[in-house]
Amino acid sequence: MSETVHHDYQGAKIGMWLFLFTEFMLFGGLFILYAGSRALNPEAFHSAGRELSVPLGVANTVILLTSSLFVAAAITAIQKGNKKLSLILTGLTAACGALFLVNKAAEWGMKFHHGIYPNGPGLAQRPAGEALFFGLYYIMTGLHGLHVLAGTVLLTVMAVLVSRERVRQDDYVLLENSGLYWHLVDVIWIFLLPLFYLAA
Amino acid sequence: MSVREQGHTIEYPTLLKVWGALVLLTAALVGASRVSEAAAVWAMLALTPLKAALVLYFFMHLKYEKAVLKAMVFTALAVLIIFIGMLFLDISFR
Repeated sequence: MSETVHHDYQGAKIGMWLFLFTEFMLFGGLFILYAGSRALNPEAFHSAGRELSVPLGVANTVILLTSSLFVAAAITAIQKGNKKLSLILTGLTAACGALFLVNKAAEWGMKFHHGIYPNGPGLAQRPAGEALFFGLYYIMTGLHGLHVLAGTVLLTVMAVLVSRERVRQDDYVLLENSGLYWHLVDVIWIFLLPLFYLAA
Repeated sequence: MSVREQGHTIEYPTLLKVWGALVLLTAALVGASRVSEAAAVWAMLALTPLKAALVLYFFMHLKYEKAVLKAMVFTALAVLIIFIGMLFLDISFR
């Protein structure tokens, strides 16, 4: 008698979406905090937003959008039974995640250098609204960065699973759910770009 | 090997077109932010949700999902939008 293995493709995806809803609400709460703070401190947010590097923000946007294309194509590839292409695309997605984090670290590093960090000397002489802007900037891009880190690790694991054929043409929901998580990270960044980098 | 339920396959050219649209919309968003304050705000309110919708609909396969899943996603987003609306009501009538 052979072992019975139960698979619930729809159930697995709905479970992932339910988790993503909690992520919507987690970031949604922060977006509400941002909107309220900005409505009360419009000038401070305007002048503080000017100090963020638009080219770096846009570069990271293009990196994440491209990585989203890669992981979506990796799923198409595995559906078509093209293991090698799927493996390459999954690896490229993780590489984009790492590149995003390198840029983010460089960006935070530059701000730290100017004393711009919570309770830092660069923020002490400024209006309270600007300190609030940078506080939200660190909390929101930091929490997002943690998600990028988690997604990068997750996609690296997926690349290993694809290479071991644990993720394959007739069973790829793990890769699909990891892709959903990665796209969510991209969607959150889509909102962070105009709120912080294009705020000035 | 058992027959399993599988998802919809989106062809590579479709994915590339969606990516192209996302990059163009990002360029438009950055461009509008340099025109004027009003243009920046309107571009943000119009283009950002459009970009998010493209990712949700195509990259996240929502377009091809069953009605029940679509309804779940729209309910979750509607709740968030209601909360944001309530915040602005509170701020403007303070």
